[in-house]
Amino acid sequence: MKVKEILTEKEGGKLFLLGNEAAVRGALEGGVSLVSTYPGTPSSEIGNVFYKIAQDAGVYFEFSSNEKVALEVSAAAAASGLRSFVFMKHVGLNVAADSFMSTVYTGVKGGMIVLSADDPSMYSSQNEQDNRIMARLAGIPLLEPSNPQEVKDLMKFGFELSEKYEIPVLMRTTTRISHMRGVVNLGPVVKGKEKGIFQKNPEQYVVMPTFVVKMRKKLIEKLSMIKEDANHSSLNKTVDKGGKSLGIITSGGAYNYVMDVVNENDLRVKILKLAFSHPFPEQVVLDFINNVDNILVVEEVEPVMENEVLAIIGKYNIRKKVYGKLDGTLPRIYEFNPDIVSSGIAKIVDKELIKREKFSTKLPLPLRPPVLCPGCPHRATSFALKKAIKKLKLKEEDIIYSSDIGCYALAIQPPYKMADYCISMGSSIGIGCGFAKATNQKVISFIGDSTFFHAGVSPLINAVHNKDNILVVILDNRITGMTGGQTNPGVPVDGMGNPAPEVSIENIARGTGAGFVKIIDPVDLKKTEEIFKEALQFEGVAVVITKHPCAMITDAENRKKGISIKYSINQVECSKCLICVKNFACPAIYIEKDGSVNINPLLCDGCGVCAQVCPKKAIEVKK
Amino acid sequence: MPKESDRGEKMKNIYKIQLIGVGGQGTIKASTIIGEAAMKKGLNVVMSEVHGMAQRGGTVVTEFKIGDADSPLIEEGAADLMIAFEPSEALRAINKVNKNSFVIVNSSPIIPFTVSLGISEYPELSSVFKELKTKINHLIIIDAQKIAKEAGNIISENMVLLGTAIATPGFPISKELIIQSMKENLPPKSLKINLRAFEKGFSQIENN
Repeated sequence: MKVKEILTEKEGGKLFLLGNEAAVRGALEGGVSLVSTYPGTPSSEIGNVFYKIAQDAGVYFEFSSNEKVALEVSAAAAASGLRSFVFMKHVGLNVAADSFMSTVYTGVKGGMIVLSADDPSMYSSQNEQDNRIMARLAGIPLLEPSNPQEVKDLMKFGFELSEKYEIPVLMRTTTRISHMRGVVNLGPVVKGKEKGIFQKNPEQYVVMPTFVVKMRKKLIEKLSMIKEDANHSSLNKTVDKGGKSLGIITSGGAYNYVMDVVNENDLRVKILKLAFSHPFPEQVVLDFINNVDNILVVEEVEPVMENEVLAIIGKYNIRKKVYGKLDGTLPRIYEFNPDIVSSGIAKIVDKELIKREKFSTKLPLPLRPPVLCPGCPHRATSFALKKAIKKLKLKEEDIIYSSDIGCYALAIQPPYKMADYCISMGSSIGIGCGFAKATNQKVISFIGDSTFFHAGVSPLINAVHNKDNILVVILDNRITGMTGGQTNPGVPVDGMGNPAPEVSIENIARGTGAGFVKIIDPVDLKKTEEIFKEALQFEGVAVVITKHPCAMITDAENRKKGISIKYSINQVECSKCLICVKNFACPAIYIEKDGSVNINPLLCDGCGVCAQVCPKKAIEVKK
Repeated sequence: MPKESDRGEKMKNIYKIQLIGVGGQGTIKASTIIGEAAMKKGLNVVMSEVHGMAQRGGTVVTEFKIGDADSPLIEEGAADLMIAFEPSEALRAINKVNKNSFVIVNSSPIIPFTVSLGISEYPELSSVFKELKTKINHLIIIDAQKIAKEAGNIISENMVLLGTAIATPGFPISKELIIQSMKENLPPKSLKINLRAFEKGFSQIENN
């Protein structure tokens, strides 16, 4: 399949789509006009697709500077009567939370969908927060798709629901739904309105105390009406496999595991699948509970529905057993899978469930942690900085490496070990300010270009104003790298692929009044080391911008030009000092069983930085 | 919402495929080709991919079920077919197969930097293969890298492995549909080499 087909494939056709791609198609079928995001895995591919097709679809799309801005852009569009779609990873909603909460109060005119991609088991995230709780905190209707087809269909439904009640709608996916591929039957793409009109109404859109007291009341009224919709929605459906001894209530990805276990074992149970799950459809659940003897709730991650079910049981004074996370039938944490759900169900049914022989191995398996790619400029930055530190005879225990969310945090791996503290987007500088005040240790804050635009500018201002003594290294690789390579305000291209003003990190840094601001291409190791030596000795806020394109960009450019440079090691010259392996640690360089050092041509990116590292000049371009 | 009947013709038996490799080997591309071919045949198919932090060098897993299934994740010991793009990775996913699974293993190892740094160990290849042989009845070990090189480009080792996989007994999709799907998913300029690699892989079953 080609990406363009997500837009061009006709009604009645079908595509094998990723959950994230299905969200794009759903938005297009729902007549979306404006789409905004800040990239975050597992939601990133939605943006990657819009980047490629928005122009042709006649949809406005942008990579906003952070999730809060993205939400605000979409909120204003929806207030103007357009259908808008904003998406982010689960922790992105924390960044957007302030405006998110208020937008639920003010409401919208055009349909607005906020998609949060949660990450059970934290494959690429800093926490396992369950944003179904965020739906309850904000008082926003919640949709939970189980597969790509449902992602697509719920987008359209979400827009209609949002417009009916003039309230944004939250769609919660999980990694396994966003990154699941399935057959999706397509409907027609509907062209959205090009421009809206904002009808002034301060009582609706200005959250002054006198107005919000009315908004709060109205929100609660809306929610009780929406609850009736949820109670009558075909999205909340019962699958009856016969028998009434056990009723399973489930949603999202967990539903898939339940179905596979039930079908494989031919279990006679009833299953209630909730896809429109907040406001919680009390009547539907009550009817279901009344038709079964015992209840099992299967959900990822927190016992959210389980608590709702227990509340209903209590409210109606029902005496039935509720199994789930709270009693230990199912694990409290991490992503589920068919085996986990099967062992949970096995505890409560009178039937031997299928169990297979499970192989394991006692052989050691090599670790393959995520690492900086071959050719990554962050490796050059890290290497040069480490050398400067050594030359200045600074001790590692006297340095605090405050890192941030981005590829450079992978320098946590040996031999660099340059990440001591890292908690959230943009935190490296704010945390650095705190350490600078609280200790006499030297603080080095690392932050990427995109993260700097996202949440790094304000703490840099803080550092300068409060006279902190820190080195801020801004690793500008001309891309939002870790999420797969999206544009950001620092590059001359916008989210539609059009030319755009390039916001200068250097000018921002100088604008804050930082006393030391220098910019360098880290691939020149010697010069970079010299600048780091100066910066480390500077008293006050020193900013070093290391600017070199991500290896993903250079690789793509080289491929296009037909350039294929590979390096290899001259075995005669090589003294096996292992500096390239042990100190530089490029994944393309490895030691053979016979002890010789080699470069894997499949992995080598041809950056040539290793050739600067080699004291014997034994690394050369492969002929 | 879709009706059950909209989801394509359902198979009574579910065919479960596990792919495992190292980032950059083309694991996801091979998976997508199989998945789209299954859809073309009118079968239901669900697949799980890995994206995000696993850039080049990390373990990449895709798993899928073809037929009447909802979850793409395969139960332990339940895979009908496993394609391991790297020998040690075959052992990493050994919990997903059973003695009657078809297991195809690429014999070329990829040694991660952690081994060079001495913080992890790569097992002796002979013991990897020995262990696989004692556990698996239908084990097919091929040098996909060498075969891909013969076909014209080592990059096409994923298509060698794909070719071998679809030649195994019980594979639910025809060679023709897979080739059609390759044509729709691979860049035209590298198609010839990829098809050659695929055919070479396909003929490995007779030779093995």
